Amino acid sequence: MRRYILRRFAQAVLVIVGVSLVVFFVIRLSGDPTFLLLAADATEADRARFAREQGFDRPIYLQYAVFVERALHGDLGRSLRYRQPALPLVLERLPATMELALAALIVSLLVAIPAGVISAVRRDTAYDNLTMLGALFGQSMPVFWLGIMLILIFSVRLELLPTSGRGGLDHLILPALTLGLYSTARVTRLVRAGMLDVIGQDYIRTAHAKGLPERWVIVKHALRNTLIPVITIIGLELGTLLGGAVITETIFAWPGIGRLAVTAIFQRDYPLVQATVLVTALVFVLSNLLVDLLYGWLDPRIRYT
Amino acid sequence: MADALADDARPAPRTRRRRVITALVRKRAGLIGLVIVLLNVVVALSAPVLAPHDPLDQDVARRLLPPVWLAGGGHEYLLGTDQLGRDILSRIIYGSRISLLIGLLSVVLSLPIGVCLGLVAGYFTGHFDDITMRIADVQLAFPFILLAITIAGVLGPSPRNVILILAVGGWVVYARLARGQALSLREKEFIEAARSLGSGSIRILFRHMLPNVVSPIIVVGTFGVAQMILLESSLSFLGLGVQPPTPSWGGMLNDGRAYITVAWWLTTFPGAAIMLTVLGINFVGDWLRDLLDPRLQSV
Repeated sequence: MRRYILRRFAQAVLVIVGVSLVVFFVIRLSGDPTFLLLAADATEADRARFAREQGFDRPIYLQYAVFVERALHGDLGRSLRYRQPALPLVLERLPATMELALAALIVSLLVAIPAGVISAVRRDTAYDNLTMLGALFGQSMPVFWLGIMLILIFSVRLELLPTSGRGGLDHLILPALTLGLYSTARVTRLVRAGMLDVIGQDYIRTAHAKGLPERWVIVKHALRNTLIPVITIIGLELGTLLGGAVITETIFAWPGIGRLAVTAIFQRDYPLVQATVLVTALVFVLSNLLVDLLYGWLDPRIRYT
Repeated sequence: MADALADDARPAPRTRRRRVITALVRKRAGLIGLVIVLLNVVVALSAPVLAPHDPLDQDVARRLLPPVWLAGGGHEYLLGTDQLGRDILSRIIYGSRISLLIGLLSVVLSLPIGVCLGLVAGYFTGHFDDITMRIADVQLAFPFILLAITIAGVLGPSPRNVILILAVGGWVVYARLARGQALSLREKEFIEAARSLGSGSIRILFRHMLPNVVSPIIVVGTFGVAQMILLESSLSFLGLGVQPPTPSWGGMLNDGRAYITVAWWLTTFPGAAIMLTVLGINFVGDWLRDLLDPRLQSV
């Protein structure tokens, strides 16, 4: 077990290093980083001073070393627009995004697990075909269009729910549905596939042969074993949700890090963009690490592979 | 399954053709998907002939006209006009060009690269494999859209940059798939036999391994086109993809968002176009999967 944990941990660190490299180099893609990292009205002297301070005249690997050292001390540069350190700005917005992503995840699991199980059990019936068709629709729907259509129906026409902003539960419903639909569709398909796999196993046939009630076999024997791989998917799904949050938050004016990133890009506030990307990747890698460890604990067979 | 095996046993061209047709009819969705895709291609190719108006022609005197079946709508502008008085139908027709072009090109660029990297990594394993797979891990650790908007923001938005960004994002799926296949194939006897007959690595990779990954790759590549069309429209929706006044479906939705309370048709129709196109391609992908590679579930 310890070896498995250490290996996964080392992998996570490696990925974070890779992410930091990408973030570091993307800013340098356009040539002179002072144009991206300083306000547009900065003078030539400002630029020269900033370049010297940041060490842009030094070899690139030294620059990266300085970048990493600062990042490890929690210094991800200063936001140009807010004129304050970028990291606290991002962390401030993180709870809103997590709230939205978790709500969407819960919605999608609550719908997808029963829908997928029933689909598998009643394979090739009208119910199964309709569910799979629905899932394909869900995966084909552009997130932003779904959001706008929901606003059009529930906020503009029916005047039932607020169009934007963060507040009580009523503010959360539309964004969570919008963000959750794609994951719902995908998880439904995966649960169905996993369930079909399990249903074909010998121990399920044995359970049936013992004369156990159908419902008991499905829930106690089949579902349990289907859910273990589903846990890994949850970790990956969180990445999809964090990405989808960029668009969902923009539509619903949800004050999370996705919206922060989009406005920062339009305001050419690159230190803030950098911080947002790094924090999001960190959240994603850590939650996947957590999920993997949970997986190793739930399914002992995985430990030494 | 038994039927498929029986069909394989007598590989007469007629039965093979019949199998394709049965699969298509049984999965009626596949047929619908194929029709949608073909229709899309025809519309995109003959946009100048089909579009009733110039998609860029503005006139504020006729701005925000509703579609033909609503009071105030006219036969001149079947799906209404936008905030600058441009014909929505014509813009949707022209927008299909952008969607298809970017969707196809980004897959055409990323698929061969991904497959080659994956095959080589899986066949040779070792350091090359480690490095490639770690790069893939890093890429999967970003929610892709976040990386895409960052690069689009730094490089500046243009169709060329969008295609490049999507291609950079797309290779991982193909690489992992090809690597998995290569890993399992390299132990197979026919590869062993080829090696002992003196085949070089390149010959083994491209003559013996590549044909075995073609069908899953076609399936995944089809879904990839749908995915890329969705991503392109997302980028354009955020204002970081295809720039106005060029008509793109995502861009039209972005424009129409401000008028949602007064003119629902500005956002409803282009969005429906995106969904229908993506759905059609996904239908085709599903059908291809059942036809080519029934083992490949849930991609």
